[in-house]
Amino acid sequence: MAAPPQAQGRAPAPTLPTGRGIELLLLAFAAVIVTGALVIVEANQEQELTTTLLWLGLAYLGLFAGAHFAVRRWAPYADPLILPAVALLNGLGLVMIHRLDLADAARAAQLGNDAPGSLVLRQVAWTAIGLVLFVVALWRVSDHRMLSRFGYTAGFAGIILLALPGVLPSSISEVNGAKLWIRFGGIGIQPGEFAKILLIIFFSAFLVQKRELFSTAGRRFLGLEFPRARDLAPLVVAWGLSVGVLVFERDLGTSLLFFGILLVLLYAATERVSWMIIGLLFFVGGAVLAYNLFGHVRVRVQIWLDPFSDFQGGGYQLGQALFGLGTGGVGGTGLGAGRPDLVPFAESDFIWSSLGEELGLIGLAAILLVYLVLITRGLRSALAVRDSFGKLLATGLSYAMALQLFVVIGGVTKLIPLTGLTLPFLSYGGSSLVANYALVALLLRVSNAARAPLPQRPSVPQAPIAQAATELVERPDLPTGEARGAQT
Amino acid sequence: MNNPVRKIAVSVMVMILLLFANLTYVQVVKADDYRNDPRNQRTAYAEYSRQRGQITADGKVLAQSVATDDRMRFQRQYPGGPAFASVTGYLSLSFGRTGIEGAADSVLNGTDDRLFVRRLSDLITGRDPRGGNVSLTVMPTVQQVAYNQLTQKGYAGSVVALDPRTGAILAMVSTPSFDPNPLASHNDKTVQDAWNTDNAAKPQVLLNRAISVPQPPGSTFKIVDTAAALQNGSTPDTVLTAEPEIPLNDGVTTLENYAHTPCGTGSTTTLRDAFARSCNTAFAELITSVGIDKLRTQADAFGIGQSDLAVPMKVAPSTIGNITSITALQQSAIGQLDVKLTPLQNAMITAAVANGGQLMAPYLIKEIQGPELDTVDTTEPDRIGSAVPAGVAATLTDLMIGSENRTQGGGKISGVQIASKTGTAELGSKDIPPHAWYVAFAPADKPVVAIAVLVENGGDRGLEATGGSVAAPIGRAVIAEALKAGR
Repeated sequence: MAAPPQAQGRAPAPTLPTGRGIELLLLAFAAVIVTGALVIVEANQEQELTTTLLWLGLAYLGLFAGAHFAVRRWAPYADPLILPAVALLNGLGLVMIHRLDLADAARAAQLGNDAPGSLVLRQVAWTAIGLVLFVVALWRVSDHRMLSRFGYTAGFAGIILLALPGVLPSSISEVNGAKLWIRFGGIGIQPGEFAKILLIIFFSAFLVQKRELFSTAGRRFLGLEFPRARDLAPLVVAWGLSVGVLVFERDLGTSLLFFGILLVLLYAATERVSWMIIGLLFFVGGAVLAYNLFGHVRVRVQIWLDPFSDFQGGGYQLGQALFGLGTGGVGGTGLGAGRPDLVPFAESDFIWSSLGEELGLIGLAAILLVYLVLITRGLRSALAVRDSFGKLLATGLSYAMALQLFVVIGGVTKLIPLTGLTLPFLSYGGSSLVANYALVALLLRVSNAARAPLPQRPSVPQAPIAQAATELVERPDLPTGEARGAQT
Repeated sequence: MNNPVRKIAVSVMVMILLLFANLTYVQVVKADDYRNDPRNQRTAYAEYSRQRGQITADGKVLAQSVATDDRMRFQRQYPGGPAFASVTGYLSLSFGRTGIEGAADSVLNGTDDRLFVRRLSDLITGRDPRGGNVSLTVMPTVQQVAYNQLTQKGYAGSVVALDPRTGAILAMVSTPSFDPNPLASHNDKTVQDAWNTDNAAKPQVLLNRAISVPQPPGSTFKIVDTAAALQNGSTPDTVLTAEPEIPLNDGVTTLENYAHTPCGTGSTTTLRDAFARSCNTAFAELITSVGIDKLRTQADAFGIGQSDLAVPMKVAPSTIGNITSITALQQSAIGQLDVKLTPLQNAMITAAVANGGQLMAPYLIKEIQGPELDTVDTTEPDRIGSAVPAGVAATLTDLMIGSENRTQGGGKISGVQIASKTGTAELGSKDIPPHAWYVAFAPADKPVVAIAVLVENGGDRGLEATGGSVAAPIGRAVIAEALKAGR
């Protein structure tokens, strides 16, 4: 980076480290790990080990180097750990999807069928599309604060996208019982993934505007400040939206995700624990309602409680996933040496159990740590950025990933009932991947704002104090509450 | 606003910790349950896709895994086929594993503790773990001759050959046998068809007659009687009755000699003559003087009744039954009533006599080898105990030479003195063809092989069958082969 222009006669301003060098180094490191993983898969699957693998590794590095240079160009102070973490997760996902491709091809060959289409090529294409969107987002959104101006537009678009599959005919929108899709010409999109980001933008903008209202008015009860009943409207709307998703699109995961994100944003904006309590009551109410009203929710709960009682039926998928995880144990079978293909949807919803079978607890712990780095760096940006909208946006985006992680992994490992979501960056699925790249672009944008040096004040030449004329400094006339809010 | 964000960050960490704790529960605490759940095919698939060790005998491969193109990666083959199936057993994805495949499974699949160091080095070098090899005591030519002898006349039966000095099993044959190859196929239909055929076969083919089915031993049991009597004051010259038929102790039941013939020419005979002619009436008299307790003690000393014998396949315990009266004792003395021995047990008795009275534990596994055929563990011969004193063993040998010299049937080997005893065991009715037995060892002065031959239900002679006419030729052929092979 070129040093900022120096005012004459003054000491040079300290240049802040951008961290771009570290980012490039870590990306290269991720490329080494991913290429190594690919080589192990090929070796264990007894594929030919050729220099092609090396080229694939370099191509992967090239792809992310492109993203890196976009960051260097448009968000030079962005957090240096976020992009490498994403690259590593995406790369490991690609390796596992490729590994499951090999298993499918082997099975097809054994049954004498034609080899099925390669999923990994599609996923690579989606990665490229995602990275293009990532670069465009970094380029076009030069300051995250401009997004707050489109808050209502984003909210409107988000609700439309979310609701669209619910109102479209099932032939277009339904896959495996969940109406989450828009499919045409062999390509399917889950608009809910994009709606997630749009709604986070909307809620952040909305809450920044109205947070005074939600955090000041209220009455005390049991030592906590509770909001007025009429201020509950946004919570009720979000709750209704979530229940709507559950009813019309039959998707537990998305429903849970939206409600959780909104609740956390509300809490972050108002600092009121009472919102969490009310939200949890709403959640419990919704859960009880859903359990009693919807057969598919009851089935999910029963499978969760004992997947093995109906192993040949509904419990097969979760049962097989648990068998896979258990067989993997601490060290795993080794990449390419297990049988993750025995689990239906091993490459999308259940990629976690696929990884767990072959990488073991050690591998999963490492991946969890990568996610933790990604999420905490996002939250760190939220802490460091100076504007409220940025804080809420970064919190919402980071928490969206965290909650999705919890819901998916918890579901696959029988901690909570199974829902139908994908793991960010790991799972097969175009919409999820592309949307998450947009999400990360926004997160990098906020972190850039958080870490960039403050703009230089024009230096006003000052006269020696003895010669200075007395100036009248006007006392700002601010209410005390506002002053306190400004400090946070 | 930073305060709630910090709390949210903490909640995220709690969520990830919860996930990690739950993963630990699934992958560590519950791992074995999940791994070993019968519905989890991964273990079987993984085992099939590893190179399982070989089963060899004297350099001949009896079972091996060869690489294939399909996803199991290795196909189990049994080059020895049905002749060795009673030893190798089979390995089937659907129907489990038997024989050495089952009993030495942990060695063959590489999980045995003795292969631990090698597994560790495979782990470090990243090689696919391979199973250890099992080298057997079986002499392939002896096994093959025994199998051919039984099958060429379509007999259902068994041959067991032991090295009396060590207990090493030189042959263990059961006929009719089965081909383990189709059962190990990766094609489900082939496996199922073979399984159905094998299970429907009469006489049963999946049964290992050598170790799984105790049968009445008939007159071969007189070795045990004589061993007890010789330690109870009797000598080969002890005078016994020569009547062709006598009433038993209860005064109701009668006992007769084979074909209702008197024991020699006089009205009395000696133990030596009675043993050689296998006179039932003389032995009924002899055993009465021995008594129930001493016979049972002697039977125990020969290993009869031992319930935990494994070679390493589990051996069905032999028994002399609950002898509750003198009449029952007299019937048991000729190897009838509830006396039931496996061919292996009968061979063990013979081997103990051959080995100066010392009973050696029978075993099939000579050596356990690593994947590179390097020796990991060698079986040391194990003495179970003293069955009879050396002097009694010498006398028994002498008597058995007398028996051999009176026994008809072909296959006598010139220049080799065999010591033997025949048996013809009735199966409750004179209308059912009897089991024909022949137990023997050779050379009598310096025994290197002891055998037991059982031909069920008279072989091809029907009701006329005797141990001498049906079983002895087989036994002599097996002994000849064993001697030729250098034991």
